[in-house]
Amino acid sequence: MKKMKVLLGIGAVAVAGFFMVAADHIDAPAVQGGTSDITDFYAFQGQDTNNVVFVANVQGLLSPSATADASFDENVLIEINIDTTGDNVEDLVIQAIPRDGKMYFFGPVSPGTAGLNSSIETSGAQSVVDITPYGSQAIVKNSNGLKIFAGPRDDPFFMDFAQFGEILAGNATGFNNPGSDTFAGSNVMSIVVEVPKSFIGGSGTVNTWVESKRKQ
Amino acid sequence: MKTILNIKNIVAVLMISGLAFNCSNDDDMNTVIPTPTEQDFTGIYAQQDQMGRPAVNTVFVSSSAKDMFNVTPPSQQGAAFQSMFQDNLMGLSPAFANPGDMNALGLDAATFTGLLATDVLSLSLDGETTFFNPNSGALLTGRALADDVITVELILIFGGEEGLTNPEYPTLSNDNVDANDKPFSASFPYLASAW
Repeated sequence: MKKMKVLLGIGAVAVAGFFMVAADHIDAPAVQGGTSDITDFYAFQGQDTNNVVFVANVQGLLSPSATADASFDENVLIEINIDTTGDNVEDLVIQAIPRDGKMYFFGPVSPGTAGLNSSIETSGAQSVVDITPYGSQAIVKNSNGLKIFAGPRDDPFFMDFAQFGEILAGNATGFNNPGSDTFAGSNVMSIVVEVPKSFIGGSGTVNTWVESKRKQ
Repeated sequence: MKTILNIKNIVAVLMISGLAFNCSNDDDMNTVIPTPTEQDFTGIYAQQDQMGRPAVNTVFVSSSAKDMFNVTPPSQQGAAFQSMFQDNLMGLSPAFANPGDMNALGLDAATFTGLLATDVLSLSLDGETTFFNPNSGALLTGRALADDVITVELILIFGGEEGLTNPEYPTLSNDNVDANDKPFSASFPYLASAW
């Protein structure tokens, strides 16, 4: 197990050396490797089909040993944006911000102003869950109609990124079969929120995306 | 002996009462016992990263523009980035090298990158939510954890017009990693526990 940790550590460093990575992991110079670096975003129908689920992951490529020391940054707001009118401008947001070992969720609520700068929308419904410690069972809270979770999880992303890098570098002409999941054995810091569809329009199609925002 | 114990108990009770009285005084003076609503949520938070669909910034945005892409609102991304996306797509994929080339969705380079440049994830509130399900034909109705989004994107980039059944560049159209390294849960919070 210790050997595995060491190997994973080396793997993470090697991956970080690539100039581009995967879903959104270390996608850009200003955020890569930091606490505001979004790795992935998912949106899907819940086990209860009256609900949808949003997953926002940050801080990718954490080895198990690094995960034990990882934490959410109290200066980083994670904001799930929902456009219900088809103009790609957010009409509703769900915000998540950590304080003292708990993750505070606000919304879904109409943002005071759309765009790049946000305030925490404390007028929105407030839901709170203890951040699940590394190695513990998932702590889940039901609050204001939402289900909420925050804490370390296995990175759900999978890809033979290493081979894609070889292709781009001109060292290979195609993928291997079978491929090798570059993200196997690595973790992310994850925020999961399940929301009744009726809270975000009820029917039809919405556009959605996630943002990380740092306190100024 | 019993008396001594009783005296101890009485003293303990008195001490507890004293503590309770002190606490009560504190309450009267509004000395704060922190509650959730008294956390500091003030201030302005400025954008650093954003993401809609997987791998868009990493694959289609030029190195020098990646930070700018992350701080361009989706409503402005199409106008700002579509032509860069098209140049990078045509540079990356031989399946888009010739005029009129299309992918399995019937989209040419300009139309495909026009779709991609506005980096939002469509989410259906009416049923199946998947990046692409070849069996049902559902397309861009969400992104489920198990969706093999990279292979879908590789097919659309390198697969050519018949990418789903007869990809133009088959060894570039599938990374042959089809599932996560840990099974997902059917119930909340769905993601697998950390390694």
